[in-house]
Amino acid sequence: MVAGAQRRDHRCITDQFNPWQQHYFEDRHAARALRKGRYGRYHGHGRLQRSRENRMIAGVAGGIATRIGRDATVVRIVLVLFGLVSGFGVAAYVLAWLFLPVEGSTETIGARALSDRQGITIVLAAIPALVIILLLGSVLHANFVSSWGTPLLIAAAGLVLVARNAEDDERGFLVDSVKALLQLDSEPRQSRRSFLIRLGSGVVLLALGVLAISEGSLSRSWLRPFAGTLLIVAGTVVLLGPWWLRLALDLVHERQARIRAEERADMAARVHDSVLQTLALIQRSADQPQEVAKLARAQERELRSWLFEGRAPGSFGTEGAATLSAGVEQIEREVEAAHGVAVDAVTVGDAPLDEELRALLEAGREATVNAAKWSGASSVSIYVEAEPRRVSMFVRDRGAGFDSEAVAGDRKGIAESIHGRMQRHGGTAVIRSVPGEGTEVELTVPRRQGRP
Amino acid sequence: MTRRGVPTVFLVDDHHLFRAGVKSELGDAVEVVGEADEVPAAIELISERLPDVVLLDVHMPGGGGKAVIEAVKPANPGVKFLALSVSDAPEDVIGVIRAGARGYVTKTISGPELIDAVLRVAGGDAVFSPRLAGFVLDAFASMPADLEPLGPFDPELDQLSPREREVLRLIARGYTYKEIARELTISIKTVESHVSAVLRKLQLSTRHQLTRWATERRLI
Repeated sequence: MVAGAQRRDHRCITDQFNPWQQHYFEDRHAARALRKGRYGRYHGHGRLQRSRENRMIAGVAGGIATRIGRDATVVRIVLVLFGLVSGFGVAAYVLAWLFLPVEGSTETIGARALSDRQGITIVLAAIPALVIILLLGSVLHANFVSSWGTPLLIAAAGLVLVARNAEDDERGFLVDSVKALLQLDSEPRQSRRSFLIRLGSGVVLLALGVLAISEGSLSRSWLRPFAGTLLIVAGTVVLLGPWWLRLALDLVHERQARIRAEERADMAARVHDSVLQTLALIQRSADQPQEVAKLARAQERELRSWLFEGRAPGSFGTEGAATLSAGVEQIEREVEAAHGVAVDAVTVGDAPLDEELRALLEAGREATVNAAKWSGASSVSIYVEAEPRRVSMFVRDRGAGFDSEAVAGDRKGIAESIHGRMQRHGGTAVIRSVPGEGTEVELTVPRRQGRP
Repeated sequence: MTRRGVPTVFLVDDHHLFRAGVKSELGDAVEVVGEADEVPAAIELISERLPDVVLLDVHMPGGGGKAVIEAVKPANPGVKFLALSVSDAPEDVIGVIRAGARGYVTKTISGPELIDAVLRVAGGDAVFSPRLAGFVLDAFASMPADLEPLGPFDPELDQLSPREREVLRLIARGYTYKEIARELTISIKTVESHVSAVLRKLQLSTRHQLTRWATERRLI
């Protein structure tokens, strides 16, 4: 594919609306994938990634569940048990947090942590602490100190790196959790007493548990570790239970808010594509009353069918177009009819429409409409290629072009209808434009695995 | 070539209006030495006047452009054909190319671009429109391995090289040869030779995929 050549192109403008675009070439995985001639950012659904939606802490369990096709709750229970039996479960979780990319990105927190010198120094400083703990453990003949100390220290070191290098939303989550933990003793007086009681009973339970495991005053030897573990778990729950509950509730609220925000963005994109575009057309043909009436009628019909029949404006697949090539032809027809600009579409390969491909077509139509309306070119070329792993769409005009640095990020057309839409469906959008030479919009979505 | 040094062109199209339009668009850049609106007349006149380039409609009663090429080409290998048509079924376009046309452009092409295409064909190069490039990519796209080749597989003929694929993709995206050369940092001559190589493969390959692809689209 031509990706390599494009990247060398000095005209290539880094995508300013796309925060991870800037990390793209620093990422060794992506660079390697590019050398192999394929896009590195997405590898379909089969790759182990941390889940963005389905997460309690970092989305590791959700990601594993998606990968192996099991229920996330089962995975969580297994992980928690593993963490309780051996502290290395906790360490492994934190390492997964560090080294698994989150959905929608190939860059891991660990890759970014490599350039965080201060963080690495802090982590290295933990090594002497580890040595001291191990020494103390062996002096006191307390095996549990060494068996828990090492992994917990590794986990703590990992958490430091995560907290310093994670994306803003994940860092915010960590900071909030720590704050919540520290604020436990700054609550009003009445609950302070209950907190002290809880603290006291929790510590007593923990101490009893530790004693039961290490010293052993019970007669039956097999009961000791069992009872001890039980006591430790009970102590932990008493100490940290309310905090966990609050965190879980916060997470649920946050997820709901995110879903609402995405729905709003989708709706804004649709309104832009239909209503705002029509209003712009009406303004341009204000001196032709018949044309205005026609546009207004068509828009009214579309809006009604959206509001009352639930059929989204400009949606593909609702009226005949069930395949990629049919969708492209639909764009060709619609744009030619609405804007009087010749649209030459070439489609290689074909695929049945799914959600991602519909989003690709919607963004592609937006790009085509933009080219027809603003570029001043007499024709627009569309090229769509369906490959086994991805589908790409190129929309090109030889019109006026623009300086994409100069376009404000709040310009709905490009920011939301094209970039936002592609991002929400795991795809990418790259816009290359040279004033005076024209514009090319490149859209790519990964194809779901297992499709013909 | 005429004495003025411009190539001679013959027009074959069953629409009078279209022939008139093309003639005025070509203007002085070429010399139009004749025109025909049906297959038998075209065969006779072309063999008599031996133009440099024949602009040929794909769809015509009596066998279409393909019949004209098949009748004229064996006796007059010097005559070059450029297929010109509205929006077409891939099977017809590939059929005309396999019969021996040096290129294919759509009728929506602009005047200067058409002149450029005619000069290019006259100079011995191949001319691919975005649509033809798309058809070729489709035809040569890798097929499932469970299909047994009809004959011995010839990688020289039956497969596009990665570079040729790249060039075709850029043509399909609407790039001119000049822009392709700049994009791939190669010379225009190299782009031209890639396109000619693709044309040769398209004409000579006996590849089963091509046959099968054509069958699927009701070519044979």
